[in-house]
Amino acid sequence: MLSKRIIACLDVRDGQVVKGVNFEDLRSAGDPAELARRYNAEGIDELVILDITATLEARRALPATIRAVARELFIPLAVGGGIRSEADAAAAIDAGADKVSVNTAALTDPRIITTLADRYGSQAVVVAVDAKRMPPEESAAGGARFAVYARSGQTAVNRDAVEWAREAESRGAGEILLTSIDRDGTKRGFECELTAAVSRAVSIPVIASGGAGTLGHFVEVFTDGCADAALAASIFHYAETSVRALKEHLHAHHIPVRR
Amino acid sequence: MTMIALIDYGAGNLTSVKKALAAIGAEVFTPRRPEDIAPAQGVIVPGVGHFGATNSLDQRWMDAILERIGEGRPLLGICLGMQWLFEGSDEAPDCRGLGVLGGRCYRLGAAGTVKVPHVGWNSLTFQPGASIVDGITPGAQVYFTHSYVVPITSDTVAMSNHGEAFAAVVQHGQVAGVQFHPEKSGDVGLRVLRNFVALT
Repeated sequence: MLSKRIIACLDVRDGQVVKGVNFEDLRSAGDPAELARRYNAEGIDELVILDITATLEARRALPATIRAVARELFIPLAVGGGIRSEADAAAAIDAGADKVSVNTAALTDPRIITTLADRYGSQAVVVAVDAKRMPPEESAAGGARFAVYARSGQTAVNRDAVEWAREAESRGAGEILLTSIDRDGTKRGFECELTAAVSRAVSIPVIASGGAGTLGHFVEVFTDGCADAALAASIFHYAETSVRALKEHLHAHHIPVRR
Repeated sequence: MTMIALIDYGAGNLTSVKKALAAIGAEVFTPRRPEDIAPAQGVIVPGVGHFGATNSLDQRWMDAILERIGEGRPLLGICLGMQWLFEGSDEAPDCRGLGVLGGRCYRLGAAGTVKVPHVGWNSLTFQPGASIVDGITPGAQVYFTHSYVVPITSDTVAMSNHGEAFAAVVQHGQVAGVQFHPEKSGDVGLRVLRNFVALT
C-alpha cells in the first residue's frame, strides 16, 4: 500500500534556513545541508527547498544550496522559488533537484507547466498553489472558497484554488503543493477543507502545507483532508517533534507510513 | 573499480543515478555513441517520463546493448528504462522496446480507484531468492513515480500494490529491472545498486 509521505520544507534565504508566520517575520533555523542530514537520518520521505525570496529578488534558486543538500541524500528533492523559465528549471535539476516547483511563473504563463513536463516528465513538475480562505460572503453555497496568491503570498491573482489545481493537472503537473497562507507557521493545524477540496478535484497527488503544530494535525490532514503527503517546516526545525515520533503516531492511527 | 555504462537518451537527468553509483564505489561513464559502451562491465538504462522518449535508442543502440548482454554483462533498467526492456508500451504504441523480456507495458489504475501517477514510497512483497533483491527484507519501502507498469510474468521477482498488484522488480539471469528509483530509495535502493554491481 502506498504510504502517506512526510516532507520537510527548508525555506532558504541567503543560504540559511528561515521560517516565518503567515509568510512574514522570518527567523533563522540553521544550515540547509545539516538539517537535511538530520531529517534523512530520522526517516523523512522527501525534502523541499524553497528559495523564498528568489521571485521577489528576481533571481534563481541557489544552486550551491541545492548541490550541498543533494550531495549525500538519496531521497527525492524538490526545489522551488524563482523558477521562471526552462533554463531556471534546468539549473535546479542539474544541481541535483528531482522535481521543480513552479508558482508565480505558472500563474503568469501556465504554458511553462507543459514545457517542463514535456522536457522532464510530469513527475518532475510540482505546481505550488498558495491560497487564502475567501470571506464567507464570497463563498459558494457548497462550502468555503479559496483564492490563489502569487509572489510569496503578496499578490492576489483572482483565481480559485480548486480550478487552478485542475488546470495545472491538465497542463501536465505531476503534483500539487498546496499551502494555506492563513495557516502558514501558525501551528493551528492544516486547512483540511482546502486540502480535501483540491485533492478530490484532481487525480494527481496533493501535498498539504501550512499549519502543522501537533501530531494530531497530521492525522487530520491525511483523513479529513484527503492529503497524499504533508509538508512541515517549523515543527521539525525547532525539534518540537521528530520525524520518527510523527511516523509512530501516524502508524498507531492506522495511516500507512514508511518506517 | 567496476565500469558501468549509463545510457543517456535525454529522458530526465542522470545526476542522481551517477551520485548513487559513486556512493557505492562504482565508476560511471555515459557513452555518446553505441560503440562507446564496449568497455562497460555493466549497463544501466535509467529514465523517467514518457515511453516515446526511448525512441532515440535506435537499432544501433539496441544492437550494442544486446551484444553486451550476449557477452554475459549485466543490464539494469530503472523505471522507464525497465519498461523499455519489454516489447513495448501502450503509452507509445509505435515505439518498440528492446524486447529482452516478454510482454507489454500498460497503464496503472484501470479500475479508477487510486491516484495515477503512483508517487511515493510503497512496499515490496517477494520471496527472497533473486540476487537483485539480496539482503533486502520483504516489506521494505522504495520510492516510485510512474503511471505505467510492466506485466507480471515469470520474470517478476518482487511486486508492489497500488489499486492492483504490479511488478516492482524483474530479473532474468543477468537482465534486471526496477520500477522504483533505487537512486532515490535510501539504503534499500543503494543495496539494489550494489547487488547489480555484484553481478558484473
